[in-house]
Amino acid sequence: MSARLPSGGLIDRTRRLRFSFDGRRHEGFAGDTLAAALLADGVRLVGRSFKYHRPRGVLTAGPEEPNALVELRSGARREPNTRATVVELYDGLEAQSQNRWPSLRFDLLALNGLFSPLLGAGFYYKTFMWPAAFWEKVYEPLIRRAAGLGSLSTAPDPDHYEKATAFCDLLVVGSGPAGLMAALVAARSGARVILAEQDCLFGGRCLSERIVLGDGSAHRWVQSVVAELAATPGVRLLPRTTVVGTYDHGAYTAVERVNDHVAAPPPFEPRQRLWRIVAKRAVLAAGALERPLVFGDNDLPGVMLASAVSTYINRYAVRPGERAVLYADNDHAWATVADLRAAGAEIVAIVDPRPDARARAAVVARDAPLLTGVVRRALGGRTLQGVEVVGADGHVHRLDCDLLAMSGGWAPTLHLTSHLGAKPRWDAERSMFLPEQLPPGLLVAGAAGGELTTAAALSTGIRIAEGSLQSLGIAPRGVTPPVAGEEADAWTPLWRAPSSRGKRFIDFQNDVTTDDLELAHREGFGASEHAKRYTTLGMATDQGKTSALNGLATLAALTGKSIGEVGTTTYRPPYTPVAIGALAGHHRGPDFRPTRLTPSHEWAREQGAVFIESGAWLRAQYFPRAGETDWLPPVIREVQAVRSAVGLCDVSTLGKIELKGPDALRFIERLYANGWQTLAVGRARYGVMLREDGRVMDDGTVARLGEQHWFMTTTTANAVAVYQHMQHCHQVLWPELDVQFTSVTEQWAQFAVAGPRSRELLRRILASGEDISNDAFPYMAARAVTLADGLRGRLFRLSFSGELAYEIAVPARHGDAIIRRLAAAGEDLGVVPYGLEALGVMRIEKGHVAGNELTGRTSAQQLGLGRMLSTQKDYIGARLARLPALDDPADTQLVGVRPVDGKTRLVSGAHFLPLAAPTTFEHEQGYMTSVAYSPSLGHWIALGLLKNGRQRHGERLRAVDLLRSQETEVEICDPVFIDPQGARLRG
Amino acid sequence: MRIHCPHCGPRGHDEFVHHGDAVPQRPQTDATDAAFHDYVYLRDNPAGLYRELWFHAAGCHSWLIVERDTRTHEIRSVTFARGDA
Ligand SMILES: [Zn+2]
Repeated sequence: MSARLPSGGLIDRTRRLRFSFDGRRHEGFAGDTLAAALLADGVRLVGRSFKYHRPRGVLTAGPEEPNALVELRSGARREPNTRATVVELYDGLEAQSQNRWPSLRFDLLALNGLFSPLLGAGFYYKTFMWPAAFWEKVYEPLIRRAAGLGSLSTAPDPDHYEKATAFCDLLVVGSGPAGLMAALVAARSGARVILAEQDCLFGGRCLSERIVLGDGSAHRWVQSVVAELAATPGVRLLPRTTVVGTYDHGAYTAVERVNDHVAAPPPFEPRQRLWRIVAKRAVLAAGALERPLVFGDNDLPGVMLASAVSTYINRYAVRPGERAVLYADNDHAWATVADLRAAGAEIVAIVDPRPDARARAAVVARDAPLLTGVVRRALGGRTLQGVEVVGADGHVHRLDCDLLAMSGGWAPTLHLTSHLGAKPRWDAERSMFLPEQLPPGLLVAGAAGGELTTAAALSTGIRIAEGSLQSLGIAPRGVTPPVAGEEADAWTPLWRAPSSRGKRFIDFQNDVTTDDLELAHREGFGASEHAKRYTTLGMATDQGKTSALNGLATLAALTGKSIGEVGTTTYRPPYTPVAIGALAGHHRGPDFRPTRLTPSHEWAREQGAVFIESGAWLRAQYFPRAGETDWLPPVIREVQAVRSAVGLCDVSTLGKIELKGPDALRFIERLYANGWQTLAVGRARYGVMLREDGRVMDDGTVARLGEQHWFMTTTTANAVAVYQHMQHCHQVLWPELDVQFTSVTEQWAQFAVAGPRSRELLRRILASGEDISNDAFPYMAARAVTLADGLRGRLFRLSFSGELAYEIAVPARHGDAIIRRLAAAGEDLGVVPYGLEALGVMRIEKGHVAGNELTGRTSAQQLGLGRMLSTQKDYIGARLARLPALDDPADTQLVGVRPVDGKTRLVSGAHFLPLAAPTTFEHEQGYMTSVAYSPSLGHWIALGLLKNGRQRHGERLRAVDLLRSQETEVEICDPVFIDPQGARLRG
Repeated sequence: MRIHCPHCGPRGHDEFVHHGDAVPQRPQTDATDAAFHDYVYLRDNPAGLYRELWFHAAGCHSWLIVERDTRTHEIRSVTFARGDA
């Protein structure tokens, strides 16, 4: 049976849209919400409730909807818990009801209702407490099945989300009469304006109520204002955009649903856009939310908010019922009676608890009986069939009806005023929470500020905008509001719910009733924040938009306090649920952050490199050849090639910093723990940098390229941190030093050329005049060089591998050409590319510390670098590095480790324990930090940190890894496994 | 939060790196161990006005001294840590 009215509404009757709900086919019109189209098709049962699986219908016509939650779309785009009241209809829309099994009409789990004493307040805490193991295996799956919201698609979201930032003089939140007036004042005054409206249409209440403004309908007035705003430069209109959060200094977050109203976003368009709006001033004109009334079984489908009834009639041309009862404690709701009559519905009765309303209500009551009293209980099975009314005289009336329009007055939508922490104040006279302390720059207009009539909304919108503009030094241009008709707005709130045999719901979404709050109060959880946690009142997707006030009023009655004394719980962003996808934007998967590629990346890819993430970089891990299926054979081959011939490795990822200036030396002296005074031009030196607490921060090399020209490297991982630290040292600690420095990490491609034949290879690519003989260019030499083709570069004789080795640097754009030239020129020398694994193996063989040892908790003394600490100068960390605790033999020291049997594979992370002692924490003596298979020695080796390790070379210990259930007998040795005299690297 | 960098103008706080208390001064070389200990480890945590260091990492790389009220996030002043304008 169609409930669609033959005419009227803001729908486009020329555009029919097909959609399905639980597999059944329906039709609606463009301009419908899903809820409107379902109601138009006579569908009243749209979901089952959270705990008790009670039948539920549409309660509201907006984002506050607690009941009509559906799963939208299918497949990867399936989205649970969308509110049918704000889902715009599109052709082909698919929706499924939630919380029912096997079907919405026949829900076996509605039996939960019979066990409801078990599911009362605190049931999570009480019923399922013990034993703990049962929680994961039994209770949680049970609860998830029985009491849950919709289900997620487990497929990756196929859509894009983007982020945008906008700046304005005035942000207007909401486009009802107040918001439109505020935006118009600002627009005419030449201010930059953003008008954000959560709906697809501007107008707010003008879309829902039959309001006359000036000499026409409010809707026509809205269209003219919006047209003027759209034509004004500097005005940005953002429909379908919910401002969800207020942040410091005028920053707001908003979600624009760019393509939620179509089946799938068009190509290259996002589904949603997350706005950061930076506003000098903002006007909150978000309106107010109508309060439901509490009575028995007030959750039956057919019980709706009066404002929603009016909205479905006026905006969507849908008559939500044939025989209606209005139950309201305020005069404003009487407009719904007129709307229902105009829609052809029968008014069965008006029920009003206020004795003084009788005289005024006569105007609207006409032929309908006016009952002074309260609704005690709604009657019906799956949908409403009648109500039980208790009159003021005690008589009980049974009224047949299929629609109950209820109104408990209005609660200002002031969430955005509280996001910075200020709690609203209870205004007992007006029976509202109103903002007390506003975020700087934000003012409230219209119903959001408690001004419930259209006339007051129009005038406060103008006044607030004028004041905001003046405070910015912008002269406001006058706007005359249209004349609004008289509105009845008398209100005497009804807080108490009459006792009833039916469940009296306060929070529809969480199935929280007055009995639950009474129980919470009895059990000592009557404070509002306690009651919320104990009963789940005000939680989940609607965050108590329709339930908060009734909950507080009930707690107030139970505790004998006023609502103001009970106080609200804290409002936090977001105002409405925000998809994680929108918060992530493009930052997901491999795009979470930019991937940095080395200059030789393309060449390495052609060589078949396997890449690994190293910080933000992608680096070659190893270069497998045909037939090498595991990682170890290529690594062994690469190490052997470097130790016997020559290898190439891209080391451009090391942080590179260039320093110049008369005080550069002084600055470097203070930065590093070791001394630099004696470093000659053309030479490089290894350096250790401490933090001020005396622990090692980073290490690297510093080359002196000129008298006042220095070049330093940092580890890949610490490049950013060290640069920032240097800026801190220069700008904050020693601004008097005349030194300039900048990061050139990305400006230089740098390749290690390592192995006994490296000199021979380099000679082939350098200009013929470059003398790199051992005498002319010894170990730790550094200088500019010319390549064979005239390209200028830098050559460093540095060795991380322990072999004769160089690092050659060229401008990054030539990196690809140079690595290819090196590879080609070295073919007959047996040159191989080597990756991060081989690099790691060789540094472990040489006992060089790296990230696994530079943990930020180790001292230079622990790492065997104690002799580098200068006593001749001040430097960062100098003082605290001298504390005895940093060189305590009882603490760990760097050692080498090898398996006693010469065979067993070592695992990093294994802990050292004495051979005889039990495997307990008290006997733990350190752990293995880095392990490698040493091709040079033919067995596994490791570096480790061992208590008093330097004195224990030759001692045998157990290396225990409880995670991998491995225990190996190991022998402690010197950390330098290969060429301890360094003969090779000086050759 | 928005920070007015004297070099770049007002920018979102996510461009900056927070470094905490700007008040402690690095002691002279001849200071006591205790003075160094206090400099490294002791920080006030006031409810109210706080002088703190921020690094404009995604901007001009200036170290800034920001005077901020920790209760309201109101920022009273932003100056270059190096002193000059
Ligand atoms: Zn800056």
